[in-house]
Amino acid sequence: MKKYLPLIIAGLLAVLPLIGLSSYWMHILILVIMWSVIGMAWNLLGGYCGQVSFGHAAFFGVGAYTAGILYNKLGVSAWWGLPLSIMVVTLFALVIGYICLRLKGPFFALGTLAMGVILRVMAENLTTITEGDLGIMIRERTWIEKTWYFYIILILAALAFFLVKKVIESKLGYYFVAIREDQDAAESLGINTTLYKTIALSLSAIITGLAGAFYTNYMGYIDPKIVFALHDISIVTIMVVMVGGVATFWGPFVGAVIMVFLAELIRTIPKLGAAHHTFFGILLIVIIIFLPNGIVGDLPKLKKLLRMGKAA
Amino acid sequence: MSMLEVKGVSRFFGGLAALTDISFGVEKGEILGLIGPNGAGKTTMFNVVNGFYPPSRGEVYFNQKKISGLKPHQICKMGVARTFQVVRPLQRMSVLDNVIASAFLRVKSRAQAEEIAFETIKFTGLYDDRDVISKGLPLGKRKKLEIARALATHPEMLLLDESFAGLNPTELDESIGIIRRIKERGITIMIIEHHMKVIMAISDRIVVLSYGQKLAEGTPHEIGNNPLVIEAYLGEAESA
Ligand SMILES: Nc1ncnc2c1ncn2[C@@H]1O[C@H](COP(=O)(O)OP(=O)(O)OP(=O)(O)O)[C@@H](O)[C@H]1O
Ligand SMILES: [Mg+2]
Repeated sequence: MKKYLPLIIAGLLAVLPLIGLSSYWMHILILVIMWSVIGMAWNLLGGYCGQVSFGHAAFFGVGAYTAGILYNKLGVSAWWGLPLSIMVVTLFALVIGYICLRLKGPFFALGTLAMGVILRVMAENLTTITEGDLGIMIRERTWIEKTWYFYIILILAALAFFLVKKVIESKLGYYFVAIREDQDAAESLGINTTLYKTIALSLSAIITGLAGAFYTNYMGYIDPKIVFALHDISIVTIMVVMVGGVATFWGPFVGAVIMVFLAELIRTIPKLGAAHHTFFGILLIVIIIFLPNGIVGDLPKLKKLLRMGKAA
Repeated sequence: MSMLEVKGVSRFFGGLAALTDISFGVEKGEILGLIGPNGAGKTTMFNVVNGFYPPSRGEVYFNQKKISGLKPHQICKMGVARTFQVVRPLQRMSVLDNVIASAFLRVKSRAQAEEIAFETIKFTGLYDDRDVISKGLPLGKRKKLEIARALATHPEMLLLDESFAGLNPTELDESIGIIRRIKERGITIMIIEHHMKVIMAISDRIVVLSYGQKLAEGTPHEIGNNPLVIEAYLGEAESA
């Protein structure tokens, strides 16, 4: 039963559009699945390999701009951005990895944070390529309806899920976790830690970049402040995984559902503006204190709490 | 030629000479004991051989190939595995998973790695603890896990850093048995140990370090009667 859970869930999601959801709900669903993809990607590097990145917007943005620039400069469909982003993002990941992966722990986190900011500033200023703050608009939308966008991101999510699962259950996964637990011990047991950290980073970056390329096609408009955003992309990515459950297969999904709904809920509060970050901050603190392993990771603990609540 | 050749190795930490011009060899198939008072430089010697610290001067050869300057993972791949004095298991992994992670050095598939891991934990007496998360293991078993992890990389030479410290007498006997059986498998061993009776009993030869210098080298009998060694240890009183 447990073995087929991913298939069952994918199947259920696949028939959802058939029941005639409103455009708004389709949008919410698409966002949830997109954030699951980004969460799974971050989880591979941060959750399993222990390299906490504060700069995943870098990869999301590079993926998004690969699609956007293809369309804007070469006049080809932005959908080609998906396959092409794999190559472009890998290149960026190798450069960023070469610089940041020699740093450990919080220094790696700061290094990646800086990378995200540097790329945003570059996107703002290399106006001949990126159009700068004006952003890139995809004028010919592929579909007016949301159904096909939904299926495309669902397929991406399914691919990402099975890739992460395959990786984690193989030699790579053992090596990632060994590096997370003790890098020096891993190295002395014959694990080329630099190589395997680079692999984890590249895989994570590629999946994130694909989500970015999808975003360009789906939203039809990108600018540097949106796709390279520190708060709204890099930090939310971390929160999706932390809330859902670090180093668990389902954590990113649970986290994505909660974060997307929370963001929608907060949006309905009038005159809140940028103060919505405060809500995320408070949520993060609560999670770290009470459910340090996230909702999925602390499920046994949660169940116990609920049962106690009922008994009382 | 010895299997492992340490040639004129010095290692400085700032102004501190942790090792000064050390030379010795380890022969294939033997157990070489490395002893000396606290702070003598024994662990530093392991760190140099295993590649954590490149030597400030001198070279290390393994099977005629220069290994000083290589990274630890390369040296491990060539067949030198080590344990840590301060045990460092992969905390949130089970005992079995710890050993599987090491076993992947020589094989690709999970099934093969599991086979090696199961064989290794049976050999080291950890089979019944295979599903325990290693964070929760008592010290004696964590020391065994260190040995099991190193063995699962299928080394030609094993560096054991105080694998007996803190063990109770039963565990001590068990571990001595394990070391003897490792030797029977043809694996060469270099072992650091403070427990004099143990080191005298199991070593074929002994190298003595003191303040980063090589004080003596010889059979346990020769070392036991060496006035320099006796003096170094009397000065240290009961640290042993
Ligand atoms: N990374 C380091 N940085 C600075 N000094 C170090 C470092 N590693 C070891 N030392 C110093 O080198 C000397 C030798 O240390 P080492 O750990 O090799 O001794 P040891 O013989 O293993 O002692 P023990 O029996 O207590 O384990 C000590 O003075 C120690 O403080
Ligand atoms: Mg020591």
